[in-house]
Amino acid sequence: MSVIRKLAALGLAVSTLGGVAQAEELVVYSARQDHLIKPVFDLYTEKTGTTFKYITDSEAPLLARLKAEGANTPADLLITVDAGNLWQAEQQGVLRAVDSETISANIPAKYRSADGYWTGLSLRARTIAYSTERVDPAELSTYEALADEEWAARLCLRTSRKVYNQSLTATMMESIGVERTTEVLQGWVNNLATPAFGDDTALLNAIAAGQCDVGIVNSYYFGRLEKADPSFPVKLFWPNQEDRGVHVNISGAGVTAHAKHADEAVAFLEWLTTEEAQRVFADVNQEFPANESVAPSEEVASWGDFKRDDVNVEVAGRRQAEAIMLMDRVGWH
Amino acid sequence: MPLPSVVSKPQWRVVAYAGAVLVLLPLLVLALSWNSLDSTIWNHLLETQMTRLLGNTLVLVLGVISGVVLLGVSLAWLTSLCSFPGRRWLDWALMLPFAVPAYVLAFVMIGIMDFAGPLQTTLRGWLGSDFRMASIRSTGGVIFVLVLVFYPYVYMLARGAFLAQGRGLMEAARILGHSPWQAFWRVALPMARPAIGAGAALAVMETLADFGAVSVFNYDTFTTAIYKTWYGFYSLQTATQLASLLLLFVLLALYAERRAQGSKRFPGSDKPRQGALFQLRGVRGWLATGYCLLVLSLAFIIPLIQLFYWLFTSGSNDFDERYWSLIRNTLTLGAIAAVSTVVVALLLVLARRLQPIRRVRSAVALANLGYALPGSVLAVGIMFAFSVADNQLVVPLQGWLGVASPTPLLLGSLFALLLAYLIRFMAVASGPIDTALARIRPALPEAAHSLGHSGASVFWRVYLPLLMPGLLSAGLLVFVDVLKEMPATLLMRPFGWDTLAVRIHSLTAEGNWPRAALPAITLVATGLLPVIVLIRRSAQSISGGRTH
Repeated sequence: MSVIRKLAALGLAVSTLGGVAQAEELVVYSARQDHLIKPVFDLYTEKTGTTFKYITDSEAPLLARLKAEGANTPADLLITVDAGNLWQAEQQGVLRAVDSETISANIPAKYRSADGYWTGLSLRARTIAYSTERVDPAELSTYEALADEEWAARLCLRTSRKVYNQSLTATMMESIGVERTTEVLQGWVNNLATPAFGDDTALLNAIAAGQCDVGIVNSYYFGRLEKADPSFPVKLFWPNQEDRGVHVNISGAGVTAHAKHADEAVAFLEWLTTEEAQRVFADVNQEFPANESVAPSEEVASWGDFKRDDVNVEVAGRRQAEAIMLMDRVGWH
Repeated sequence: MPLPSVVSKPQWRVVAYAGAVLVLLPLLVLALSWNSLDSTIWNHLLETQMTRLLGNTLVLVLGVISGVVLLGVSLAWLTSLCSFPGRRWLDWALMLPFAVPAYVLAFVMIGIMDFAGPLQTTLRGWLGSDFRMASIRSTGGVIFVLVLVFYPYVYMLARGAFLAQGRGLMEAARILGHSPWQAFWRVALPMARPAIGAGAALAVMETLADFGAVSVFNYDTFTTAIYKTWYGFYSLQTATQLASLLLLFVLLALYAERRAQGSKRFPGSDKPRQGALFQLRGVRGWLATGYCLLVLSLAFIIPLIQLFYWLFTSGSNDFDERYWSLIRNTLTLGAIAAVSTVVVALLLVLARRLQPIRRVRSAVALANLGYALPGSVLAVGIMFAFSVADNQLVVPLQGWLGVASPTPLLLGSLFALLLAYLIRFMAVASGPIDTALARIRPALPEAAHSLGHSGASVFWRVYLPLLMPGLLSAGLLVFVDVLKEMPATLLMRPFGWDTLAVRIHSLTAEGNWPRAALPAITLVATGLLPVIVLIRRSAQSISGGRTH
């Protein structure tokens, strides 16, 4: 914590000098929140003198802006919080292929674009959360099992509009087929205790308050609540350990097709995959480093080790539209 | 019409057409999106989504209209014509909810009233863990929240209309044997109808454009479908097609409203009212106070208490120097946008008055459409229009002029953002200006003319002073709306122009509402002063400033 505070203080000092410093400047469009990227930028500025200019917004508007600006874009780097969005950016031609040995060595291929257009930087597990008061973890096994009758009126879900659920559905379609996925999703919807929530935090609070007993959430939302209240009566469960493993998504980045400082942007991206940067990037949001040789933070490690789904994350993008239609059809709103 | 010929009449057409073109520029992008259809997405939407979405949207709009009219008119009637304990301060305090953005009230209300919130938790503590109450995350809940944030539009305009009706009229109604209720139904209400309609129209357009509040509730509307199509299917084209359908619907609704209203215009009274018309004594007086207080508590006091509670308990008080620049940016953008929007709106309103031909009227009506457009869609429209200008004109021109490294100047500039505000909030500004202009009795400029004043002099010495309260109201409304605006600001802000709304977005993007307490409180506080000025000023202008 004190490291972050020092970094933030440093960042302020640097930003007040911003007008004077004339080192290289990278322009970043980010869908990852301000307070999660600034510590990494500040650390890099401290090391290299390279400064950053950035705006934050949702992926789709940022992508629309990149496309509209075309060759005149000031942006050098795009950061997003979901693999599907990076895949879309690659499809729409706003990213460039980067052939970097450093990145290939640091990040497993399943978390990268096959042609080097983007790379994952941190992982978030979308997993099962359960009430420690009303659920025995022995009752839990797989995502699919939550569709069983025993969970009737005990399940909470987040809205299908959120890309995390769309990616989860897309990877399930890839692994267990469309037909089985439809059955499972229909079962989930039938088991809902209350209409889907707008966000994961509300969902976790609902489990704690007793509105439902289980739900599907991203690990770091749980991390935040657990940190604020160590006696929070909810725990994470890692499903599907006997078969494909837990669904993981990435937060990642790619260098833009018309970057004005492409070399510097690639250098920065490479640095982001190194241990030094990985720690800060993942730890500020209690995520897992995408570089598997870097250990997660103590808190994150305390949730236990687990098997991850090996399917390439770009499936999330490729089958996203299909997934949304399926979710709409089963009435997951 | 005895109006000032500051500019010769045909030139007003140019003004009106120019205003319409400005708004049409981004709308054109929407229209152009129809060049091809993505049949897969459309089939899917029509088969599985459309019925539910249209049903939800219709219920929401009807609920919000009923709610804002009921609350706005009843409160305006009480504070402008009756006397009861606390009337003097409730009169302006009831405008305060206008400073609260819809998305903030939505997350605060869910925070308080949902199953896991303090209200139900406490009730379960008293009544046993099996206690259940109606969920706030429901159709009723969304309507409840939107009515509480949008009623001030109706309240403000209805209040102005009731005050302007003057004492003589209501007294005449009473002398003719009408009870207070009859006087209200037969005289005051019909006369205030244009104002109430205008307020309700603003509330409906806000409702249709809203994405923030409904998505906190996870309540699917036509607008959430626009976003889902864009963000999920990545079909910006289908999204803009949906948006243009939404606009068509708004256009029809506005047209129907205007037809129903006809051309009835009621000039204000010459005699200012002094004192209240109806004295509510004893229990009735306190009931009135209680009712006003209840609305104020739900829409303003309780939410603010919750925000302060979060601020002090969440332990993430990240107040630092950055907040000063956030506040400075927010105020600067609000002020420039307010002034420029009011100037353009005034020109358009005058154009319609001076050239009341059909084409000009339609052009001006078009110029007001931007308000119903979801902010991001509007922003995308402007962005595309500007990117074409940048890539085809600005950059080649710079190259031709020998500029070393040609750069786009429009996209990502302050000008583009201000233009987005101008287009979006034109309707908000033209309402009060139009009403103020309608209240000017033709005799006044006629008299000025006969006293030998020229057109320009009539404008500066007769019109402008009489329009001032309307211009001020318009400016302050736009100012507060710009403070609250989020989607267009997010997409179009130049580097370094983060505002308080942007800060709220970046803290809440992952559903961490308590963290946003500080920027939310700062935003509300920044908006409060203009709101208080607005309402106090309008009270003065009606009771004191009418006999120039």
